[in-house]
Amino acid sequence: MSLVFYAIAGLTVAGGLAAMLLKNTVHCALALTVAFAGIALLFLELDAQFAGFAQILVYIGAVAVLVVFAILLTRGSETPKGGVFSRNWLTGLAIAAGVFAVLGWAVLGSARALPGPGGTPTAAPTVTVLQIGNALMGRYVLPLEIVALLLTAALIGAVIVAMHEKEGAK
Amino acid sequence: MLGEGILKGLAETARNFAGSFVSAERLTTVQYPEQRIAPIEATRDFPFLVYDGADWEAGMRCVACQICEKECPPQCIYIEKSKDKKPDFVGKPQFYPARFDIDISVCMSCQICVEVCPFEAIKMDTEFELSTEDRFGGLLFDRKELAKPNEHYHKIHPTEAAEVDARLAEEKAKADAKAKAAAEAAAAKAAAPAKTAAVGDAAAKPAEGASRA
Amino acid sequence: MIETADQIFVLLKQWVVGLLPAGLQPVAGVLLSVVAIIAVFPTLFALAVWVERKALGRMQNRIGPNRVGPLGILQPVADGIKSLTKEDIVPLSADAAVHFLAPVVLVVAVFMGFAVLPMGRNMELVDMDAGLLFFFAMGASTELSVFMAGWSSRNKYSLLGAMRAVAQMISYEVVLLLSSAAVVMITGSLSLVKIVEAQNHYTWGLPHWYIFTPWGCAGFVMYAIAATAETNRSPFDLPEGESELVAGYHTEYSGFKFALFFLGEYLAMFSISGLGTTLFLGGWSAPFSFLGWVPSWIWFFAKVMLSIVVFIWMRGTLPRLRQDQLMNFAWKFVLPLTMLNLLVAGLWRFLGDGWERWVVCSAILVLAFAVMGREGMRREHFGPRRYRYAE
Ligand code: SF4
Ligand code: SF4
Repeated sequence: MSLVFYAIAGLTVAGGLAAMLLKNTVHCALALTVAFAGIALLFLELDAQFAGFAQILVYIGAVAVLVVFAILLTRGSETPKGGVFSRNWLTGLAIAAGVFAVLGWAVLGSARALPGPGGTPTAAPTVTVLQIGNALMGRYVLPLEIVALLLTAALIGAVIVAMHEKEGAK
Repeated sequence: MLGEGILKGLAETARNFAGSFVSAERLTTVQYPEQRIAPIEATRDFPFLVYDGADWEAGMRCVACQICEKECPPQCIYIEKSKDKKPDFVGKPQFYPARFDIDISVCMSCQICVEVCPFEAIKMDTEFELSTEDRFGGLLFDRKELAKPNEHYHKIHPTEAAEVDARLAEEKAKADAKAKAAAEAAAAKAAAPAKTAAVGDAAAKPAEGASRA
Repeated sequence: MIETADQIFVLLKQWVVGLLPAGLQPVAGVLLSVVAIIAVFPTLFALAVWVERKALGRMQNRIGPNRVGPLGILQPVADGIKSLTKEDIVPLSADAAVHFLAPVVLVVAVFMGFAVLPMGRNMELVDMDAGLLFFFAMGASTELSVFMAGWSSRNKYSLLGAMRAVAQMISYEVVLLLSSAAVVMITGSLSLVKIVEAQNHYTWGLPHWYIFTPWGCAGFVMYAIAATAETNRSPFDLPEGESELVAGYHTEYSGFKFALFFLGEYLAMFSISGLGTTLFLGGWSAPFSFLGWVPSWIWFFAKVMLSIVVFIWMRGTLPRLRQDQLMNFAWKFVLPLTMLNLLVAGLWRFLGDGWERWVVCSAILVLAFAVMGREGMRREHFGPRRYRYAE
């Protein structure tokens, strides 16, 4: 059990590290995919089938492909001349630390919200996809719709950005 | 409505599918090694060297003038001129190719060699089953492999060969007539009063000149 | 007797597994099923290749392969031997590791999809609660392998082919998912086993397959279109259009790796046909109740092979689309219709059991199809081409 966990965790971390350290941008993207797959496997190992498959479907099937598309359509896969490390890495570090703090706070908070006595792991409740669906459509419908609205806005924004050049070019 | 065209197309392919089982004329495939269709007359692929008579070496029309070698676009003809001469079809002594190779792996079947040859010595063949296990030596044809009798030419391109033959016959007739005239003139000269000395020399000279013309 | 024939593979597996020590049994059971899948589908692949070549030949009034074995039936074997003995060429500037991984990832991902397909009564490797989601997750991973193949080859044709393939697969995957979502809405389950069970009823001897409902019929058509595009089959075979891209993303593959791509392509066809069968054509259930005695797995494979034949028929009939036609068709025609279909499926669910729902649902769908087919797909006015970005 824990051996499997360490193997998957090692894979995930290795993928994440490779995504940061490799020179070739496309290699980075592929390494990122490995990290995504590792996270999906972690979900599956925790018996969270829905989250695991959704992770594969969305992150490997769509986000990773989007990333490589973005790389190929912009700079190509050549290594930039000035080295791969950004100059304002301090800002990056600050943002990363901020995101990490928020996520950590949320995770720790959720552990406290569980019914078990503070901190000790309780037996994971078995949640079927049906229950998740019902919860999303019932109790959590408002957040779901807000996210949907946000995504739609992003989509329209992207279309407008792409359409913009049409007026200039006659 | 959208999709109608697709259904029509599907019906068409279905008709073809079923039809190919029932009507034989739909299937145009010729099952090649077992079935063959006669090549049309204008078929051509690689050049060959024409010879007259029975002996390929003696009857070869090529005089090693090397025009084709120079004209061949991919430069796949290799000729070596002979040191001695042999008589051609009119009986004139001519050079002949001591070596005449065509690399048919390079030849592009353009027929330019045929067009430029002034002696009707090189023509296009129709033989296409030329596969060999040796892709270098096996595809470099020497003059023996290239030599084919005039009858072969008649068989594969009858009309063209007849024209060529007629032309050659005309030429030969012309040459014969000329030779005859020259011979007559020489004879007349020889028959004339032998006033000058060295009769034999004088008679020999015009004869030689006539044959060179 | 009938029961035995139906369950013969299940019983066979139980018997073999029963011979082993108890500790090994769960592992052995899974392994055995995996081996069966790995053996059966490549065999079907060989058969399908032969059928395709023969049928295409006949559609074009040719004979097709007829030299190797009677009627050319051994042609796939000859092809297999040929590709195994061919030299495996890797371009000098290719990214060797990614170049090697791409076909492997493809075949593995495609094989995984078979794990959740119920190929007969009790004949599924795993009955997952989220089976459909698993299937699509695996399908989505193939996109990445296509990209890997195209990018790592360092060949413009490969890269163009891969970009086309990925763009196309993403566009049509949306349709694929949404058209399947209608089935999920009606069944109330993502488990493929449950979906088949829900269709395995008969009224007057006729089955309750989803294709025999208005929304199911429309959904099936959309699904079939999306499936054809997903598997890069003609008329959506732009990613490997031989007339413009040599062979698309697998241009630089030869020998065994090419064979893997070829295999992966056909396996994807099988798995997506299998899913379509499961979702809309009642999976392993018999088409008439009096035919219920025929083993269930025969029905499943018969339906899959029938879909393959339709794929081949389409390929023999239709010319290739242009890139803009492809995208227009996906986003302006198929996607709106699929979304409408979701609404219709909801209506169907809440309109009760009477005849009204048949009329209402069919009317909406037919009307939408006719109007959108006329308006949305109207031929654009052809004029000089305008380039927006490359001026
Ligand atoms: S046919 Fe053309 S290419 Fe061939 S030998 Fe003659 S001139 Fe050369
Ligand atoms: S084949 Fe004709 S052109 Fe060529 S060397 Fe012989 S005589 Fe000359």
